[in-house]
Amino acid sequence: MKLKSVLMLTSGAVLAAPMAMAQDMANDMTLVSWGGAYQTSQVRAYAEPYMAMHPDVSVVWDESSNEAVARLRAMNEAGNITWDLVDVVASDAIRLCDEGLAMEIDADEVLAPAPDGTPASEDFGDLLVSDCFIPQIVYSTTFGYRNDVAEWNGRTPDNICDVFDLENFPGQRSLERRPINNMEWALLCSGVAMEDIYDVLETEEGIDQAFAMLDTIKDETVWWSAGADTPQLLADGEVVIGSTYNGRLFSVIEEQDQPVSMLWDAQVFDLDGWIIPEGLPEDRLARVLDFVRFATDTQRLADQAQYISYGPARASSAPLVGTHADLGIEMGPHMPTDPANATRTILYNYEWWADYRDDLDARFQAWLSQ
Amino acid sequence: MTDNTAQTPSGPVLAADGRPLKASLNRALRAQKIRALLLIAPLLIFILITFIAPIADMLFRSVENQIVRDTLPRTVVALDTWTNTDEAPGEDVYAALYYDIFEAAEFRNHSRVGSRLNYELTGVSSMFRRAGRGVGRFDTDIYTDQFTALDPAWAEYETWTGLMDDDAIRAALPETSDAFDTWIHITIDANDDVPAEEDIEDFVFTALYRDLSNTGYSGSNALLSTAADAVAGFESVSLRDQFADMDEDWLDPTVMETIKVYSPSYTPGYFLTAIDMQLTADGVSAQPEDRRIYVTLFERTLFMSMVIMGSCVLLGYPIAFLLANLPTRVSNLLLILVLLPFWTSLLVRTSAWKVLLQQQGVINDVLVWIGLVADDNRLQLINNQTGTIIAMTHILLPFMILPLYSVMQTIPPTYVRAAKSLGATNWTAFWRVYFPQSVPGIGAGCILVFILSIGYYITPELVGGRTGTFISNRIAYHISSSLNWGLAAALGSILLAVVLLLYWAYDKLVGIDNVKLG
Repeated sequence: MKLKSVLMLTSGAVLAAPMAMAQDMANDMTLVSWGGAYQTSQVRAYAEPYMAMHPDVSVVWDESSNEAVARLRAMNEAGNITWDLVDVVASDAIRLCDEGLAMEIDADEVLAPAPDGTPASEDFGDLLVSDCFIPQIVYSTTFGYRNDVAEWNGRTPDNICDVFDLENFPGQRSLERRPINNMEWALLCSGVAMEDIYDVLETEEGIDQAFAMLDTIKDETVWWSAGADTPQLLADGEVVIGSTYNGRLFSVIEEQDQPVSMLWDAQVFDLDGWIIPEGLPEDRLARVLDFVRFATDTQRLADQAQYISYGPARASSAPLVGTHADLGIEMGPHMPTDPANATRTILYNYEWWADYRDDLDARFQAWLSQ
Repeated sequence: MTDNTAQTPSGPVLAADGRPLKASLNRALRAQKIRALLLIAPLLIFILITFIAPIADMLFRSVENQIVRDTLPRTVVALDTWTNTDEAPGEDVYAALYYDIFEAAEFRNHSRVGSRLNYELTGVSSMFRRAGRGVGRFDTDIYTDQFTALDPAWAEYETWTGLMDDDAIRAALPETSDAFDTWIHITIDANDDVPAEEDIEDFVFTALYRDLSNTGYSGSNALLSTAADAVAGFESVSLRDQFADMDEDWLDPTVMETIKVYSPSYTPGYFLTAIDMQLTADGVSAQPEDRRIYVTLFERTLFMSMVIMGSCVLLGYPIAFLLANLPTRVSNLLLILVLLPFWTSLLVRTSAWKVLLQQQGVINDVLVWIGLVADDNRLQLINNQTGTIIAMTHILLPFMILPLYSVMQTIPPTYVRAAKSLGATNWTAFWRVYFPQSVPGIGAGCILVFILSIGYYITPELVGGRTGTFISNRIAYHISSSLNWGLAAALGSILLAVVLLLYWAYDKLVGIDNVKLG
C-alpha cells in the first residue's frame, strides 16, 4: 500500500512535471551584458534562436555588466532582484559567488552535455573557476600595433617586451589604467620567469621592479579605462602599440580595415560568462535555467564565434567554429585559443588578484599621479 | 470694544476673546504653517525618501563596521583577553575562530568579512576564503568518533536535545550549548534541513570536548559524567595547528591584531584611509609615501575646479554681457546657441574633444599646417590637466552664462549712461558702476560651476589621463569596482564637508544674499 502510493505519486509527478514546467516559467527575462558588438553576438547566437523557439518569451537587455557587482549588491540589500541572468567576467563571478549574491549551480545538472555525451563539467573543464560561474567565452587582453610606422624601419614587434623597447619601436603606447596585466608584463620583461611572476610580485622589491620597468615608458603612454579607447587611438595614429581585448582589435583589423596587426605574445586569458542572481522567484528561475541550458550548449557557443572573435568555453565547440557571419572569413585563426596564437600565454590569476588588487591599485594610482 | 491692554498694563496682552494675544496669534499662525507644510508635504516626503535618506545611509557607511563583530562574534570576545601581541594568541581564540568561520561559511558570509579585512591587510581575503572550505575538513572528526565510540547515544539527536533542555547542563557546558544552538541554526536556516535527520557536526563535539576537558563536569547526568571521565584519555587535536596547517599566516599576530583593531562596530579607519593615514594596532600613522593618493587628489580636484570656474568667468562674462546688451531678437538666437550643448549627449561632447585635442587631432593638425608647431613636437592637449580643463570649461560654460545673463538683464542701462554723462570714461563706468551690479550673477555662476565640477567624473575619466583625474573618479572606482563602499562614503563625506565649508566661507566673505539667479 505504501509502495503503491509512492509509485502513484512519482508517476503522477513525472507526468505533471513537463506541464507544470511550461506553466510555471515566467515569460519575461532581463539579461545583463556589456552592450556593443559582444552583446550583439549574444543576441544573434542565443536570444534570437531561443525566442524563435519560444515566441511568448520577451527579453530585455540591460547594458550594465561593468557595474554588475555593485548593482547586484545594492539589489540584494534592497531585497529586489530585477535581473535574471548577468554576464560578468570571471573575477566578478567569483566575488559575487563569495558574497552569496550569485546562485551556486551544479554544472552537470544545469548545463547540457556535449553532443557525444560528455558531461558539462568535463566539457568546460578548468574554466569552471567558481561554483556560480557558467563560462561562455575565453577572451584575451593583448596588443595591437600599427604596421605602417616609418620610424620602425620595417621591424615588427613579435615579443611582449617590444612594448617596453622605445629605441627600436618609438612612439606612444596605450595601456590600461590599472595594475592587472601591466604588472605581469612589466615583470616578464624585466627578466622574471613566467612561473615566478606572482611570487615576485608579492614582495616589495618585486613591485618596485615592475614599476621601474613601467617607468621607462610612463611618459610615452596613454592610460585607457574603456576597451574602445585603444582601437580608436590606434586607428587615429595617436598610439603605435596598445593593449585591449582581442575582439576589439579584430574589428579594427578585419571590419574597419585599419593598418593594424596583432601581437599575441604573452596575451592574458580571461573568461566571461553568466551568473544567475541568488534569490530569484521560482517561475523566473525556471525560465532562466531553461534559457541558460540552451544558450550554453555546444552549438550555441560555437555560433557566437560567427559574430565575434572570442573562443567558445566548451572544448566540444571548438571544431564547430566556422566563418564570420558577415565577413565570411575563417574565424579559427582569430581565436585567442588558436595554437598559433597561444604559444605563450598568461592566465589571469583570480585568487592572487583578489588579495592584492586593492593594495596594488592604490600604489598604481599613486604611481600614475606622480 | 474695550482696550484690554489699558486694563492690565502689567499682564499679558489679551485678544478679543480674552486669551493672551500671543497664544491666539500663535494658534492662527500654526494653522497657517500646518497648511503650508501640508502643501509641500508630498515633495518633502519624496525628497526625504529618495534623496536625503539614501545619502544619509551612504554617508553612514563611512564609519559603520559591524561586519567583523557580527560575523566573528566569538573571536572578537576571545581576542579581548589577548594582550601579548608579539605572538599569536592561544587555543581559545582559534577555537572561537573555528566556530565563527564554520558558521559564517554555512551562511556564506566568511569571504565578505575577508574582503572587509583585506582592505586593511592584504592577503586576508584568500585566507578567509580558503578557511571557509577548510574548516569543514579539520581533523576534529576524531572527537565525534571518540564520543560515539564511548557511547553510541552521542550520535543521536534526541540525546542532545535532552541534555540541552536542562538549564543546569547548559550552564555547565557553555561552549557546547552555544555550538549546538549554532548547529541547529545552520541546519534549519542555512541548509533547509531537519536537525533530527542530520548528523551532528564535528564542531559540536569539539566544543563538548573542550568544555569537559577545561572545566570537567560535576553534575548528575550519567552520560556526561562518563564522558567527562573519559576525555582525559581522548586523542586531541590543536585547532591552532589546524589553522596553521591550512595557512601559516593564521599564526601571524598581525592578522589577529587587524581583526582586533577592526572589531568595534564603528571605525575611523575609512576616514583615515581617505586622508592617507592608516589605523593599525600601533595606532594611527601616515600611509607609506608610495601609497598616498587621496590628499593629492582632493587638492587637485579643488585646484582644477577653481581653474575651471575662473576660465568659465573669463569666457562667460563677455558673452553674457553681449547677450544682455543686444536687441532681444538677436540675443534670443544667441541664447539658443548657448543652450545647444545641453541638447547633445555629454559623452558625445567629451569624445568630440578627444578628436579635436589629440596629437593627431584637428587642432594640432591646423597648428602644424600654419607652421606654429613642428610636426614632431605636437602639443599635448589631452590626457592631462589641460584636457580636463578645456573639456570641462566647455561643458560647464552655460551654467556660468545663464545666471550672469539673467542678472545683467536686470541692470538698468541708465546707470551707465548717467555715469558717462557725469564724465566717467567707458572703463570707469563699466568697472565702478556696471560690474558691481553684476557680482551677484558671478557669485551664482561660480557656485554652480564649482560645485558641479568637483563632483564630475565622466569627463576627467575620459580626457584626464594620469594627471587630470579627480577624487570623484576614485569614489566611482570604490563604488563600482573595488566595492569598498565604506571608503567611498568617507571620501564622499569629506567632499561634501569641503563644499559646505567653502559655501560658509563664501557666505562670510561675499554674503549669500548677494547671489542672484535673475
